[in-house]
Amino acid sequence: MHPILKLVAQRLALGFLLLIAASVLIFAGTSILPGDVAQQILGQSATPEALENLRRELGLNEPALSRYFSWLGGILQGDLGTALTNGRDIAESLGTRLANTLFLAFWAALISVPLAIFLGLLAVRYKDRWPDKLISGVTLTTISIPEFMIGYVLIYWISIKFGWFSSVAIINDSMTLGQKLNAIAIPVMVLTLVVLAHMMRMTRAAILNVMQSAYIETAELKGMPMLRIIRKHAFPNAIAPIVNVVMINLAYLVVGVVVVEVVFAYPGMGQYLVDHVAKRDIPVVQACGLIFAAVYIGLNLVADIVSILANPRLRHPK
Amino acid sequence: MRIPIAALVGLFFTCLFFAMAIFAPFIAPYGMAEVVGDVWEPPSEQFRLGTDSIGRDLLSRMIYGGQTTIFIATAATALSFITGSVLGFFAAVSGGWIDQAISRFVDLIMSIPSLIFALVVLSVMPTTITILIVLMGLLDSTRVYRLARAVAVDITVMDYVEAARLRGEKTTWIIFREILPNALSPLVAEMGLRFIFAVLFVSTLSFLGLGVQPPQADWGGIVKENKEGINYGISAALYPAYAIAVLCISINLVADWILNRTTSLKGGRG
Amino acid sequence: MTEPLLKVRGLKIGATIYPPGEKARDIEIVHGVDFDLEPGKVLGLIGESGAGKSTIGLASMAYGRGGVEITGGSVEVNGRDVLQSGIRDIRRLRGAEVTYVSQSAAASFNPAKKIMEQVTEAAILQGKFTRAEAEQRAVTLFAKLGLPDPENIGQRYPHQVSGGQLQRCMTALALCPEPDLVVFDEPTTALDVTTQIDVLAAIKEAIRDTGVAALYITHDLAVVAQVSDHIMVLRMGDMVEYGTVDQIINQPREDYTRALVSVRSIEHEEKQPSPDPVLKVKGITARYKGTNFDVLKDVNVELHRGQTLAVVGESGSGKSTLARVITGLLPPSAGSITFDGRALTPDMPSRPIDDLRELQMIYQMADTAMNPRQTVGTIIGRPLEFYFGLRGAEKQKRIQELLDEIELGEGFQDRYPAELSGGQKQRVCIARALAAKPKLIICDEVTSALDPLVADGILKLLLDLQKIEDVAYLFITHDLATVRAIADSIAVMFQGEVVRYGPKSQVLSPPFDDYTDLLLSSVPEMRLGWLEEVIANRKMESAGN
Repeated sequence: MHPILKLVAQRLALGFLLLIAASVLIFAGTSILPGDVAQQILGQSATPEALENLRRELGLNEPALSRYFSWLGGILQGDLGTALTNGRDIAESLGTRLANTLFLAFWAALISVPLAIFLGLLAVRYKDRWPDKLISGVTLTTISIPEFMIGYVLIYWISIKFGWFSSVAIINDSMTLGQKLNAIAIPVMVLTLVVLAHMMRMTRAAILNVMQSAYIETAELKGMPMLRIIRKHAFPNAIAPIVNVVMINLAYLVVGVVVVEVVFAYPGMGQYLVDHVAKRDIPVVQACGLIFAAVYIGLNLVADIVSILANPRLRHPK
Repeated sequence: MRIPIAALVGLFFTCLFFAMAIFAPFIAPYGMAEVVGDVWEPPSEQFRLGTDSIGRDLLSRMIYGGQTTIFIATAATALSFITGSVLGFFAAVSGGWIDQAISRFVDLIMSIPSLIFALVVLSVMPTTITILIVLMGLLDSTRVYRLARAVAVDITVMDYVEAARLRGEKTTWIIFREILPNALSPLVAEMGLRFIFAVLFVSTLSFLGLGVQPPQADWGGIVKENKEGINYGISAALYPAYAIAVLCISINLVADWILNRTTSLKGGRG
Repeated sequence: MTEPLLKVRGLKIGATIYPPGEKARDIEIVHGVDFDLEPGKVLGLIGESGAGKSTIGLASMAYGRGGVEITGGSVEVNGRDVLQSGIRDIRRLRGAEVTYVSQSAAASFNPAKKIMEQVTEAAILQGKFTRAEAEQRAVTLFAKLGLPDPENIGQRYPHQVSGGQLQRCMTALALCPEPDLVVFDEPTTALDVTTQIDVLAAIKEAIRDTGVAALYITHDLAVVAQVSDHIMVLRMGDMVEYGTVDQIINQPREDYTRALVSVRSIEHEEKQPSPDPVLKVKGITARYKGTNFDVLKDVNVELHRGQTLAVVGESGSGKSTLARVITGLLPPSAGSITFDGRALTPDMPSRPIDDLRELQMIYQMADTAMNPRQTVGTIIGRPLEFYFGLRGAEKQKRIQELLDEIELGEGFQDRYPAELSGGQKQRVCIARALAAKPKLIICDEVTSALDPLVADGILKLLLDLQKIEDVAYLFITHDLATVRAIADSIAVMFQGEVVRYGPKSQVLSPPFDDYTDLLLSSVPEMRLGWLEEVIANRKMESAGN
């Protein structure tokens, strides 16, 4: 087998292992921690009978290990369990919400990725001159403000003061794409700002790293124009680190989504998760936590695999 | 030595914020949870920043909120630093399976986004300030661990550490006299970044209603309490955003300066 | 007289430096240099680090590396002043009229592209050849430069060929567009000594056959003497002397040039072995954890009190591993070590403190051998405190004595390593080793990171100290000239084995085994025609090719 396939296979296996381990961690986080969960859910005034009922319902009287395996077994068959609060099937409620979240993340990524790469290139092109300094100043600011505050600042200025776009982002199936996009305009802006800063900074660093290589000097001493050097020599080597940066930031975006959804009352998975954390609805929290972790691990895995595939030393072994 | 202006500005605001946090009861014009006026009064002579959603003085809320937020962030940062750097140095100096075991466990924790992890844990734990500090401190210590270990590994392969070993020096001398002085600056700079992260993190949790509980004031909570006002054009919820931004940028500037100073000390061109 | 191809007048070059903790400031690194180069001739630029030789070389392509800027003078190539040219004209010059060969071909080739594409790129871009013509020429050059399988080697990626081969490819890259001038910037410095002369010979032949002019930049006078017609000696941005190779080598006019020519000519009388060796290495075999081959195979050597054993070999020969085994950092899998009449335990932590004290080590890179956060006083004082319990004034007095011994004198105690020059740093490391009053010092390539004159100073110091302190040296090096200067006995290592061992006079006299012959013949000698002689008389191929 080609060594690179072996490496990729190894990485995939490792990713799978990590996912299993993450599921253990999430399960343990909600099951083994000190404190009586039933008591937490029902509060101090609960009757002993109610506590006992809830414990039985949660399966808390069984050993943790067997609870874990029945939980994992259910997930593998697509059964995420039922919510404690309303008794509804979690998989069903999650379906549309997951789609909504992906819809939001998709548009944020579509705008932020090209923009970040463009700004990163611009900052490199004008390194240490005013465009670079301006970009790094603005990104420093956006890094220093939490997502939800960027959200309210934008709502305040764009939606309230200027009257553009809506301050809540409620969408449903009966809306046209245009209406939906209008509704999510500000959340997309917030998410874009949130990931843009990191993505742009990392892109800048990745490109600068490549541009400082000796082979770029070689190309310069061949009399090649700058654009051609970037296209022929810098780009093939910068692509892997940039894809890496993009993937890591998409993973970051997934987390940013949680908060932004709450700010804009957007009917996505983040909103769903936060609601049920407050209600201490553990099966929902476990299911959502696992899905978020899976997306996060998956994106990081893609980043890893891309950098393996892009490495000429691995692609063309001796 | 000259301190660059950016770092001076950063230093000034950082000190200002910490001083405000420490002396909050003496500075704040009103009590933290004292209802003193109407709902969402505009800024006036009496209430510099106006009042909040139930008529408390917003300036006082901001000052006390800063105290809570900065206290939690400081405590969490201290915890994450002590845990992370002790484990990191220990792993680097021990090597072998100890290093492997700690490092893989940290990888695992980091494979789940911190916020999601925190939400999962907070769904079963009561939200007290102690639990928030411990949770944030431990989650964040993974990042400190990675840095401390990387820095220490870089230093332990240096010939001067080998020379000290060959001289017969004890592990304590090697850690405290050979490694620590060289690892301190990057760690201090990282401490600034970790502190920023802690401020953002606790504010986010409070905003989601899962952090500091009312009536205690904190910056994230102030946003949550006043967010409805935004729709009426009342900017009460925005003040914490400005405060956090100024604090975080200031600390960033200081951290940048410390980091730059270190890299130039390591040699560079001169 | 023919019109010069390259005419440099009053060339001044400046740079911005960033001293730690201070504001960046501009300094001048070349202070007005003049020279001419006629078509088809080779001019050697020689000098120590900081002489400005690379900077001058790159100035002929109107290029400044990093913060370097050409601040004055003129550089005429084929009658046009390149410093007055616009960027378009400069681009037409680079890669067409003037090309460049760097020290590290490994870094200068783009890892993501095939060699052929990179070698032919400039010729095609500059419109000198069509792709087919350029590739044809590249194959011819590959063959001329002695690369294996010249037809197909261009289809490989840079990491798929060896260091020596890649350096030849870089030469092909420079020659492919049929330039008028090639700038060679230390093209063989990073190679092993036996590989170096093959590459050197290939470059020389290629220069002769293509009739190209060249600027050959190096710190090694013996190397430049083999390839140049003229030599210019530079020191700290000024020209010291200019002349034909013959004149510079045989009748240097300036003191500095004389010093460079006589470098590595230290000699010392070989001492007779005494009956009781201070170090006895018997049947040592060793391997690193997790590997499945022995780095050292049955090594047997002895070292006598107050004498020097030189362990010579190329990278990968196992010579540094031997040092790790003796110091106890790598316990051997077989064999024993006797030190001063007593057996040494295999692993360092279990050795008694006196064994540790009497066996000291000096490293190749003085930079990383000293804690940057400790002053010279602390660095030298620590062993005094640690081994002898010296404190206060007594310690200060001893530190000063040691500083005097290494010829640094007053005022160095409070300095940090960053404030010292390369030679001074290495001297402090020597003082630190001496502070322990050792019987044996292991010197691991202690002079190879230093400029030749500075290295000579260190060797002289080591020899003087040996007389005073009666200390033995285990001297690990790849450089035979150093060995001649300092050794009493020699062990030649090749692939983990000692292939030749004995007193210096015996090891360095014929008859030789093949490897020792290759190694000995590869050391550049400071006389004309040496290179051709060696190439004609070799018995063995170097492994690096």
